[in-house]
Amino acid sequence: MSRATSLVSVAWVQENLTNPNVVLVEVDEDTTLYEKGHIQGAITFHWRDDLQDGLIRDLISKEKFEALLSKNGIANDSTVVLYGGNNNWFATYAFWYFKIYGHNDVRLIDGGRKLWELSGFPLTTDVATRAATRYVAKERDNSIRAYRDEVIAAIGKTNIVDVRSPQEFSGELFAPAHLPQEGGQIKGHIPTAKNIPWSKAANEDGTFRSNEELSELYKSAGVDFAQDTIAYCRIGERSAFSWFVLHELLELGNVRNYDGSWTEYGSLVGVPVAVGA
Amino acid sequence: MKTCGATPGGPDLAGVDLANQAVIQGAVLRGGVGDGVPNGAPVGNAYVRLLDSTGEFTAEVPTNELGQFRFFAAPGEWTVVVLAHGAREELKVVAKKGEPVDLIVNI
Repeated sequence: MSRATSLVSVAWVQENLTNPNVVLVEVDEDTTLYEKGHIQGAITFHWRDDLQDGLIRDLISKEKFEALLSKNGIANDSTVVLYGGNNNWFATYAFWYFKIYGHNDVRLIDGGRKLWELSGFPLTTDVATRAATRYVAKERDNSIRAYRDEVIAAIGKTNIVDVRSPQEFSGELFAPAHLPQEGGQIKGHIPTAKNIPWSKAANEDGTFRSNEELSELYKSAGVDFAQDTIAYCRIGERSAFSWFVLHELLELGNVRNYDGSWTEYGSLVGVPVAVGA
Repeated sequence: MKTCGATPGGPDLAGVDLANQAVIQGAVLRGGVGDGVPNGAPVGNAYVRLLDSTGEFTAEVPTNELGQFRFFAAPGEWTVVVLAHGAREELKVVAKKGEPVDLIVNI
């Protein structure tokens, strides 16, 4: 839980491409990206088919997580290195997922797929295969996950951070401007939430800003680091990005990702909602 | 490699409700001569960022295999930033409904 243990650079990845203990995993919003080209040796998880239960709205079970990792050749002592497109949105969601199930050594490529490409490093279409393992997951660590009743209880009491765009926060849009407009039943935000878009934590090349800049970003928006914090967005991926910033980079222990996010909250009957900036 | 065709720049606009959308789109080409004719090699792994009139990030899309990108923006002033290996281009545009902005970005 620090910049040193949770992040790796693209140069580090280059030096570890043939390290047998390192497993690169690409997780994208656009799931066609992997087959068009990926980092040598990388496997891929599909954010919906692999990481959503499918029947009920929830994370996959411990048993399914174990089966997914075993099938893909990830061992309990593997160094899992995640990356993806769209500024690592879905890769940070997968990072959070690995933490939920207690994987010991999981890291994120700073800058993700974008910085890898902008650096001119090669991609391959060769699909990597790894010998199956017998992965054993831990029970879910719910200390980093927020549920709706906890979010409602936090209104006006502890930090709630809405990491969506200002237009989604104010109630003009359901979803980011480049995506179909679907989401909750209504538009708006959770009362007393501070709007700190995920993008403010990232540099143009997709890397994270310095810890000094990140700390100032949240503090100047009114986030009290001494209190508990819940981050949310629309479906829990962008808020996993901001959870990563707060929990892993700024090393705050009391931060949870509300993965139900606005698609759940904005569909609840009778809960308070605010609109406007 | 040279590209050609009746529509320079971004993806085909057939099916887009231009009357109600303020489209900003284009194509990123490498080695073109910058004369508005798409005659460079498409850059299929560029990243295009859309910044609002205050310079705040609004959206980012990767280019497709033809080097093309598209945003559905609100009418007004925007900055398009193109990032590719060894290149960075910044263009100021004004989005309007009914009048798509179609850019050729030579890097």
